[in-house]
Amino acid sequence: MSDGLRVTLRQSAPISLDAELSCAPGELLALVGPSGSGKSTILRCIAGLHTAIEGEVSCGRDTWFNGGVNNSGVNLPPQARRVGLVFQNYALFPHLSAVENVATALGHLPPALRRERAAELLARVHLQGLEMRRPATLSGGQQQRVAVARALARVLDHESAVLLLDEPFSAVDQVTRRKLQSELVRLRRTLNIPIILVTHDLDEARAMADRITILHRGVTLQNGAPDEVLTRPRDASVARLVQLTNVFEGTVSAPLAPGGKPRLTWHDYTFDIENDNGHVPGSRVCWAIPPRYLLLHQRLRPSHGERENAVTGTLIDCTPLGETTSLSIAIDEEPQRPLTFSIPTHVAVRNALRIGEQVGVSLLAAGIHLMPWEALEERRGD
Amino acid sequence: MDWPALKLSLLLALATTLILVPLAVALARTLSSRQFRGKSFIEALVSLPLVLPPTVLGFYLLEVFGASSTLGQAYHALTGRALVFSFDGLLVASLVFNLPFAVQPVQRAFEAIPRDVRDAAWCCGLTRWQALWRIELPLAWPGVLGAIVLTFAHTLGEFGVVLMVGGNIAGETRTVAIAIYDKVQAFDDHGAAIMSAALVAFSFVSISLIHWLGKRVHRHE
Repeated sequence: MSDGLRVTLRQSAPISLDAELSCAPGELLALVGPSGSGKSTILRCIAGLHTAIEGEVSCGRDTWFNGGVNNSGVNLPPQARRVGLVFQNYALFPHLSAVENVATALGHLPPALRRERAAELLARVHLQGLEMRRPATLSGGQQQRVAVARALARVLDHESAVLLLDEPFSAVDQVTRRKLQSELVRLRRTLNIPIILVTHDLDEARAMADRITILHRGVTLQNGAPDEVLTRPRDASVARLVQLTNVFEGTVSAPLAPGGKPRLTWHDYTFDIENDNGHVPGSRVCWAIPPRYLLLHQRLRPSHGERENAVTGTLIDCTPLGETTSLSIAIDEEPQRPLTFSIPTHVAVRNALRIGEQVGVSLLAAGIHLMPWEALEERRGD
Repeated sequence: MDWPALKLSLLLALATTLILVPLAVALARTLSSRQFRGKSFIEALVSLPLVLPPTVLGFYLLEVFGASSTLGQAYHALTGRALVFSFDGLLVASLVFNLPFAVQPVQRAFEAIPRDVRDAAWCCGLTRWQALWRIELPLAWPGVLGAIVLTFAHTLGEFGVVLMVGGNIAGETRTVAIAIYDKVQAFDDHGAAIMSAALVAFSFVSISLIHWLGKRVHRHE
């Protein structure tokens, strides 16, 4: 038996689930997926608030749920699982003060110690002096901290425990969100239990998580380090979920020299690639390139060093978004599927980019990622 | 003022409230949190006394409680008392016709508690019973208080069912509402006026209390 949390869940209704995930002690796993993909349902299954048809939930040496095929019939109630759950809207008890909210989760301590311990936990989330305030008199960020302290109260002092965070930053403004995120990053370093963060925000997942599990329609599609999942998706559907827009079809072609690396043919272009990902010459593939591997050629000072996998196209969109400017470049051979990426706004200004003009782009070989072939959907606006 | 009638009314209202409100809390908690077959049927049944004419309710209660009915005979065998034209029967009838007034405010109050809050109570390790006492009931308290006030006030004011099931026996089943009717029949307008004014005052205070509690609930959110 390994440490940490292990979850497998299967059911067909009310929401279909086919999920597998694990999280080691001290690890922060981000469960990422669009709304309605079953993220919250999975958290509820872990907490014991929802029972899947079949599967297993275990934490450390404790089995919390074991139903279905090898049915030993274990299904512990939420009270018997050491789960600290931060609800999306915090679900604080409105009639209790902050310190009473936290003390409610300290039932395992003798009554005389609970209040003191609850005050310590509030201090840990920087809420000294607000112990006696009711939730309605606290700001959104302060309420979130009370919810975190209450969840910690339930799991600290226990080995087989897990901390679950259900979109904990979605209900606060952006400035508060940044602050709470960095506080959580600092806090988690002191915790040696599995932490699962549910989010639909890829940047949040990339910044905070050790590992990401991608969930879509109840199915866990891919699991790995954030950079791995976000730049090397398993297939085109995961690429879409991680918002990689530059996904195209192509064919693997033979190396230039015997023993060399295969290359990628796309319309009239043939690109060098660094990793064939197991696809042999002749096979049809989908391929993706993350925006950061797209290099805009400088028009006014052409440089020969920028000619790696060069393509030429028409600039069809150039939208400044503050410090960065988003570009779309339509390649003549496939105009309905433009290359999109961002550059610093000052670069766009210095290059005097104008819509309708021809521009050159390099597709860096290190970023070209081959995936199994599937018919690509029509591009849709978001 | 017919003091024995007032005393009887208050006793009936108190007994009804004390017995009915805990039952209503249990029923309302079940209706608000669970989905089961026949739930709508039970909800309709609970609401029925709101729309039925008191005479219809009284008629069926007479049929069910009567000396020749199984229930009436069983009750007589157990206690040696009758269920019709007695305080006992009046109390049982009162429990029945007050059901919607006790259950509905509590059910609405339980339904207003977000599911997450109850879930959070369980996730904090509170047992269902602890969660009910420490989280749900304090939050549903205005609804419970509303049920208490409504049940008490409505029992004081009920006329038709009381007359049908209890008759008009002084000291046993004659309540204030019946006594007012008696006074008017006997052309004692002064006596009727005093008792009517007392009922108006009491009802007004009850309803004001409910409105005030309603506002407090909104402040809570």
